[in-house]
Amino acid sequence: MGVIHPPAMSAARSGVEGAGPVDPNDPFFLNAREALADKGFMLARADDLITWARTGSIMPMLFGLACCGVEMMQVITPRYDIERLGAAPRASPRQSDLMIVAGTLTNKMAAPIRKLYDQMPEPRYVISMGSCANGGGYYHYSYSVVRGCDRIIPVDIYVPGCPPTAEALIYAFMLLQKKIRRTGNIIR
Amino acid sequence: MADELQKLSDHILTKRSGFGVAAKIAYGELTLAAAPDTIIGLLTFMRDDQVCKFSQLIDICGVDYPNREKRFDVVYHLLSLHRNHRVRVKIETGEDQPVPSATAVWPAANWFEREAFDMYGIQFSGHPDLRRLLTDYGFVGHPLRKDFPLTGFVELRYDEEQKRVVNEPVKLTQDFRKFDFMSPWEGAKHILPGDEKATKP
Repeated sequence: MGVIHPPAMSAARSGVEGAGPVDPNDPFFLNAREALADKGFMLARADDLITWARTGSIMPMLFGLACCGVEMMQVITPRYDIERLGAAPRASPRQSDLMIVAGTLTNKMAAPIRKLYDQMPEPRYVISMGSCANGGGYYHYSYSVVRGCDRIIPVDIYVPGCPPTAEALIYAFMLLQKKIRRTGNIIR
Repeated sequence: MADELQKLSDHILTKRSGFGVAAKIAYGELTLAAAPDTIIGLLTFMRDDQVCKFSQLIDICGVDYPNREKRFDVVYHLLSLHRNHRVRVKIETGEDQPVPSATAVWPAANWFEREAFDMYGIQFSGHPDLRRLLTDYGFVGHPLRKDFPLTGFVELRYDEEQKRVVNEPVKLTQDFRKFDFMSPWEGAKHILPGDEKATKP
């Protein structure tokens, strides 16, 4: 009845694990096409559907703290255009799934950043962008800088660079999508 | 320009004679040395006088000389848009000797003095709201003093049990290292590569 049972490690799964390009003649796709043409509908696992929807709408809360913020703004511009990946910047933590910490996190900013992180709804993710956010970077020995934003909030992806290129940030987005697909978030 | 500066300097010295003002022109810039107790009179004069007309206060900053008896300098930078002049006024002060606040002369002095207080601990008497400006809430010490350690005294961490950001004494896994390679900016004695044919300025 149109139920597709993909064998383990078939096309859909291999896409999840990120193992190279998918063969167009993969039995999974042939099966799916046939089911659609024949019955007009197909069934999938709710878990897969939800993670698919989540990866396609990561709403980042922009947290440009320093010069990395400029590089992060580039990612939104038409040249790189993060909206291709379904990500639109949000101004409010309550509407966002992802926080991009872009730049130097100072001691004075540490408490506000934790407050904003706590305001974000689950599931939430954090990308730490640039040397300063990763581990203090150039200001590691300063009296006023937090030595890595992971002292304050849990971080999912670290992007190295000073500042990282816009491409590097897009790659971090793709890694995050992969992480979301891999882990899934439905608690049983 | 040098003439103009000399004229301005002479004018200020004549008008403010008896108030302990000294002038010096170096590198095309006029620097006045004054005393803390007459500084407000001098600044008001320089703002209102028709020859000076220093209507803008550019900056107030501090300098720390830890070996001196009065360890701080307070430096005022003034700009006269009317006469196209810039001037620097310096006074000396100690750790516990307050300087009269210039907020009544230029309102812009408010935050500059707060910054100087924050960074050096210079006290300004008569300031309406002398709080810290730049450093963290509850910060201890004055970071631009020469005896303030580079890494400070506390560092921050989020405490999972208390559910808040907490202060802790600094614990560094690796000490700060300074590699003392002689760079051209620090006056290397040898001829730097590529500089063989260069002439000294």
